[in-house]
Formats: sequence, C-alpha cells, structure tokens
Amino acid sequence: MSTMTEEISDDTVVPALRRIGDVRAPQTLLPGVLDAVGIGAQHSAVETDIGTLRIAWTSHGIRAAMRFVSAEEFARWYASKFGTTPRYVESLPPALARGVADVLLGAPGRSRVRFDLRGLTPFEESVLQTALRIPRGEVRPYNWIARRIGRPLAVRAVGTALANNPIPYLIPCHRVVRADGHIGNYGGGGPTQKRAILGWEGVDAAELERMARRGVRFLGSDTTHIVCYPTCRHARRITEPHRVGFGSIEDARAAGYRECKDCTPTSMAA
Amino acid sequence: MDEALNALLACDLDAGFERMVRTHQDRIYGLALSLTGNTRDAEEVAQDAFVRAHRALAGYAPERIRELKLRAWLHRIALNVVRNRVRVRRVVTQPLDGAAELADTAATTPEGAALRRESAEEMRLLVLSLPAAYRDAVVLRHVQQLSYVEAAEVLGRPVGTVKANVHRGVGMLRLALEGQRVALQAKEVG
Repeated sequence: MSTMTEEISDDTVVPALRRIGDVRAPQTLLPGVLDAVGIGAQHSAVETDIGTLRIAWTSHGIRAAMRFVSAEEFARWYASKFGTTPRYVESLPPALARGVADVLLGAPGRSRVRFDLRGLTPFEESVLQTALRIPRGEVRPYNWIARRIGRPLAVRAVGTALANNPIPYLIPCHRVVRADGHIGNYGGGGPTQKRAILGWEGVDAAELERMARRGVRFLGSDTTHIVCYPTCRHARRITEPHRVGFGSIEDARAAGYRECKDCTPTSMAA
Repeated sequence: MDEALNALLACDLDAGFERMVRTHQDRIYGLALSLTGNTRDAEEVAQDAFVRAHRALAGYAPERIRELKLRAWLHRIALNVVRNRVRVRRVVTQPLDGAAELADTAATTPEGAALRRESAEEMRLLVLSLPAAYRDAVVLRHVQQLSYVEAAEVLGRPVGTVKANVHRGVGMLRLALEGQRVALQAKEVG
C-alpha cells in the first residue's frame, strides 16, 4: 500500500503549518484587553443644563464629549477618532457625573476631573490645557492662547486645535473668540450654539460684539488704572461712570494703565 | 526588534501598551488558536496573556522594558497561560490515534475529504494531537515562524532540543497526512 503513496515531504507540511498561523485576532480582543487592564473606554450619556451630553472616558479621564448624537453615532465617531470602540454603560460613575456637572458650572476644583488627552499632539494639548484656564463667564481671543503657549504667531493653528477639541463644553473651546470681538466659529453646533452656551455661562455675546463694533476691545477702570479683557471678572466690577474703553493695549498704556494680572491681555508664555 | 515601541512602553506604558497589543495581537491570538484549537479559548488566552504582560510591564524598570524582546516574551507568556489552563482544567490532549480516527471520518466522503485534507482546520487538529513538547516546538517554529533561537528562548530549552522536537513533530504530521491519504485511497479502491 505504501508504495502507492507518494511521500509527503516537509515541503508540504511546512507551508500548511505556515497557513494556519495566518489568522486575525477578533475585533473584541483589543477593547477587552484594554478594559481588563483599566485603560479601555466606556461611554454613556448624562443630563446637564446644556442638554444631553455623551461622554467617553478611560481610566485616564474624560476623552470625548458630544451633544446631539445617538449612542451609536457617538461610538462610531469615537472609533473613527481613537481606533477602539468604547463600551456602552448605563450611566456615568457617580463621581464622574458630579465632576461633569461641576466643570460645566465652573467649579472644577471641587471634584478633580481629569481629561485623557493621549493621542493629541503636544501643541494641541497645550492649547486645550490653556483653554481650561479661561474662567466660566469669560472669553479670551485666539491670540491670547497663542501667546500663552509661547507661539504668538500660531493663531490659526490654535483655531484648528480648538476646532478639533475632542471634549467640547468641558474643555471650554467656546470661551475662545476672535480678537475683533466676533464670536467666531464653533465645532459644537456653529456660532448660534456658541452664543447660547456663552449666554448660559453669563457672557453677553451681543454686548461684546456691540463694543467691538465701537472699537472697544479692552476695558479699564479710571480709579485703579488697570485694563482688562471686557469679560474679566475685574472688568465686570467696574461701575459705569468709571469704565473706560480702549481699542488696544498700547492706547491703554499710553493713558497710564497697566494690564490686569488675572486676564493678562498681553502676557507671553506663562 | 521594534525599538520605538519599546521606548514608548518605557516612558508611557498605557499609550505604548495599546500599540503593543495592536502590533502583536494577530500573532498571539494565532498562537493561542494553535494551542487551544478553538476561537473562544484562544481569545481568552490572548487576552489573559496581554493582561499579564501589562501587569509585568508595570513592575519593570524602564531599562528592562527597553531591552525586552517583545515578540518572544509575549509568546512565552501566552504559552504559560495555555499550560496553566491545561493543568487547571485537566484537559487531556488527544493522542495522535484520535487524529487518525478523524482522518477516517473525513475520508468517508471522498470529495469532502479531499477538500478537508488541505484545510487549515484539519491541520490544526493534527497539530493539537501532537505530544505537547513537539506541538509547542512545531507551532513556535513553523506556525508562528519564530527562529530556532527565539523558539528556544520561549520554551526555555536548548536550541538543539527544540530543533529535534520540531523535526520529530513535523515527521509525525507527515506520517499522519500520509495515513490519511492511504485511508482515502483505500476507500476509493473500494
């Protein structure tokens, strides 16, 4: 019988062995591993004063946020951006939900909310970190961020980084406006939404734009001789009779004013 | 060796870890599939192996991570996961006779057998039926395509022993395949 059988050589066995090694891991493996070691993403929705907010988070913190989308759309968008599909859970962990509410109300200090900015470029990260320093109820121009991060000429790139902010509302890219007082673009639903959120935070965007049309970009107090951005909390305290408008910091300096140390209208890298 | 990946792991474990899993998941899953024979166990083994790798990396000094031969290291972890599972579950691996039986069954329909003889699935079963020492060596060398040196490292055995085991394992597979062909021809002859 064996004479009828041509011998099967290693040349047959070895390629057959190689073929069985040619497999793809199932798509569930990577998210499963990341979850198991505590770095996988989960997502859920939370009701806030600005509506339903979808949030994705990892053990590093909040990684993405979005309004006006279904859970499926949000998960798909997340996957296209970060390469792994977040796991849906019924609700945010209570501490995280409290943290989100605190951040939206401008009291992030009460609960130490962390943001997971892995995957962003160092430039993008520094832009977003700087945006986080703008207090609720105030706005700053794009060039303020550019100067704070030591890239005073990169104003347009700052705009792009803010437009790509994966965590809008919580990292307040809406608090960054054009230097000429116009509200500027907004990825989270266009200028109308930007105005609405700023209004909810106590910024009168229409008044800012009216001032800008009159050429006023800074406000000073003729008692303290300090000049601020118009939305700075110190500027808002100046009573009408003592309020002085300036079109530029140079004008203010010429009039004997110094810049506010809180809103830092001309600060370079901090 | 992917030095960039090692460097990333050494300075940012979690960012590096995700990339490490992406880079090695097909290979490690493939290894687990060859050693367990089914997709569910393979995914569990692969996941467990990566989780153990993460735990280990978290305790390693950066210099050690930079020096790590990730491919061989991950293979060794996955192999140990499989061995521990087998020990715990007391799974008895099928002896080679079992594979011959299976070949007989396949041979009852000649067309099907002709197709299946070539199929990866059958090859998998034959590999699984090898004695453990031969199976591990054959899988590492010819399925996973590690070098003999790497395979020896993974197995913690001298290169010569590994070569001998691969040789014997391949020999047994060849005999098993010949046996199938003989069985098939016997049926055809009637």
